[in-house]
Amino acid sequence: MSGTFIGMPAFPAAARRAVQDAQLRHNLRKATHTIRGKRGEAVGELDDWAELREAGRAIKDRTLRHLDRYLEQLEERATAAGATVHWAADAEEANAIVTRLVRATGEREVVKVKSMATQEIGLNEALARAGVTAYETDLAELIVQLSDDFPSHILVPAIHRNRAEIREIFVRRMAEWGVPAPEGLGDDPRELAEAARVHLREKFLTAKVAVSGANFAVAETGSLVVLESEGNGRMCLTLPETLISVVGIEKLVPTWADLEVFMQLLPRSSTGERMNPYSSVWTGATPGDGPQDVHLVLLDNGRTDTLADRVGRQALRCIRCSACLNICPVYERSGGHAYGSVYPGPIGAVLTPQLRGVQGPAEASLPYASSLCGACYEVCPVAIDIPEILVHLRERVASGPGHAAERAAMSAAEAVLGDHRLLNMAQRAASAARGAVPRRLPGPGAGWTDTRDIPDIPPRPFRDWWREHEKERARGDGPGAAGGRADREGGER
Amino acid sequence: MRIALFITCVNDTLYPDTGRAVVRLLERLGHEVVFPEAQTCCGQMHYNTGYRRDAQRLAIRFVTAFAGTGADAVLAPSASCAAMIRDNHPRLAEEGSRLARAAAELAPRVYDLSELLVDVLEVTDVGAYFPHTVTYHPTCHGLRLLRLGDRPYRLLREVRGLELKELPGAEECCGFGGTFAVKNPDVSAAMGTDKARGIASTGAEVVCAVDNSCLMHIGGTLRRERAGVKTVHLAEILASTEQEPARV
Repeated sequence: MSGTFIGMPAFPAAARRAVQDAQLRHNLRKATHTIRGKRGEAVGELDDWAELREAGRAIKDRTLRHLDRYLEQLEERATAAGATVHWAADAEEANAIVTRLVRATGEREVVKVKSMATQEIGLNEALARAGVTAYETDLAELIVQLSDDFPSHILVPAIHRNRAEIREIFVRRMAEWGVPAPEGLGDDPRELAEAARVHLREKFLTAKVAVSGANFAVAETGSLVVLESEGNGRMCLTLPETLISVVGIEKLVPTWADLEVFMQLLPRSSTGERMNPYSSVWTGATPGDGPQDVHLVLLDNGRTDTLADRVGRQALRCIRCSACLNICPVYERSGGHAYGSVYPGPIGAVLTPQLRGVQGPAEASLPYASSLCGACYEVCPVAIDIPEILVHLRERVASGPGHAAERAAMSAAEAVLGDHRLLNMAQRAASAARGAVPRRLPGPGAGWTDTRDIPDIPPRPFRDWWREHEKERARGDGPGAAGGRADREGGER
Repeated sequence: MRIALFITCVNDTLYPDTGRAVVRLLERLGHEVVFPEAQTCCGQMHYNTGYRRDAQRLAIRFVTAFAGTGADAVLAPSASCAAMIRDNHPRLAEEGSRLARAAAELAPRVYDLSELLVDVLEVTDVGAYFPHTVTYHPTCHGLRLLRLGDRPYRLLREVRGLELKELPGAEECCGFGGTFAVKNPDVSAAMGTDKARGIASTGAEVVCAVDNSCLMHIGGTLRRERAGVKTVHLAEILASTEQEPARV
């Protein structure tokens, strides 16, 4: 993956900064709860949602199982329709291909449709190094680009910004990139959108080259599909002469009948709409209509390795709807930047370590960025069991270097928990020392006691009480004799 | 009915009152409770933290301790432990192994307290008396893995003297998450604080749940913030009667 976010601290430290940022917490809470509510309504009105979700899961699994075949079919059909298909094993290769294609046109500027794949490979930075400026045309991506920021959400990359901040960014930066913000710009959403529209219009009308991703690629006809809300995508996909699309190899669906399922699943899960405003589909090049020089760059970049993992491969079903981000209590408080990747939130916590590996400290921290509450799995439209993958990846991380101390502690805990006599001895020792437990613990325990009290240790463990209870029961003192007193033996929690 | 109690290591060590309440409740309802001495831990912490081998040994320990108790049901008064046994013990087993056979045999008979009462013993009015205002926090594994649904509420609604208060944002995680609470203490604490605020906003005297580990986190936060709300396991409310009321 790209170096875009490298240098970010590991998740716990990055999340700490976000948790302390009251404005960010407020922006995120408001935005995630709004989309969460919309999604709930849009999904709730379909009585066959469970069946749709199961169909989505099954189609993706079947496609991934025969990915080799469908990819070749896609290549063959797209080529027959006039597109040129390129294969990129990694980010570097993909960037080199796109750079070469842009340079061949002689252009120094490209317009971009919002695309996760091109963010993943750091295409804008690669193009900049080759002297080509890439203009983001999605409103939120524009905000991120103008403020030299990183996206913090898959669907709404500037979710961490409120409208006052956006106004400020427009006023300060738009002139450097093209048409400046109008005089006296306010922070009314309508005004802000109009400023962006005017700023972008110039780009749409002059650009000769566009770069996009795709939400889906339909193998049976070699078609690409982009779903969007603003119409900027439609502009980019139709007006320029050259269109280059970078598409992850997992974006395939075999047939149009399969696509129909996702056309229902994606908008409802993503923006909470029954249908997205713009759906653009193109099949190669159509003479006299739209871009005539059409390229498709199929991107692997760690996907084949992910596919080889029996538990982790389900992450490749992802259709980038971001329902898991919007429901996640951790994302809501940590924000997207803490995940150090273009894929934040629960799906990012399982995708990034798989695509990049778990060697780096940031990647190794991601599988732990979850309380395993399971809300993400519940809302996922393709039933990715994110908690299952997280635990699986924790196993991978924990068996690596840097976890020796934890491994030893876990092993020691297992030794005590693995024998009821040892456990009982430890319990009695704890009960004997119950008065001596400090309010604040040292070391890793401080993570608990900084904000929470520790529970009082009871005078005796349950199993010691049980023995007495059994004896009393055997003596015929009647059921519940020792337990007759309702008094609490333990203290406060 | 003969019911084997899997107390769970957290309840055994830190919350014996919950275990005593379970025993008292079930004996009051006329059932026989057995407690296999060799039991220890379901392995949830090890499993969820990535220590599969350790978890596997603890799972073997569990099925060995509970095989041959002659019990009709196994009660785990902790939703996350019940889910660990039902969902993950079979996953932990190698195909065709002794653990696989034992886990497959045992897992379907393992219940959380609300499932045992409502589904197996078919009772919602257990004759309890608890004259307090209570709000219920549906813990994540109870909600999303066991799918307890309205079972705990049905039990609570039958408790005499109890006034149930609706908890805002009930289905949001409290932020405990096992080792998550210490690996990501800031996010965990922020979630805990929000949960504690929601609980305090109900005006309830007591917050109740079916998992003491979540209550340990919630209670620790409430106590630190001096919110004055007590945490009580569902079992302790259901065990409480007019003759022997639970002390809160």
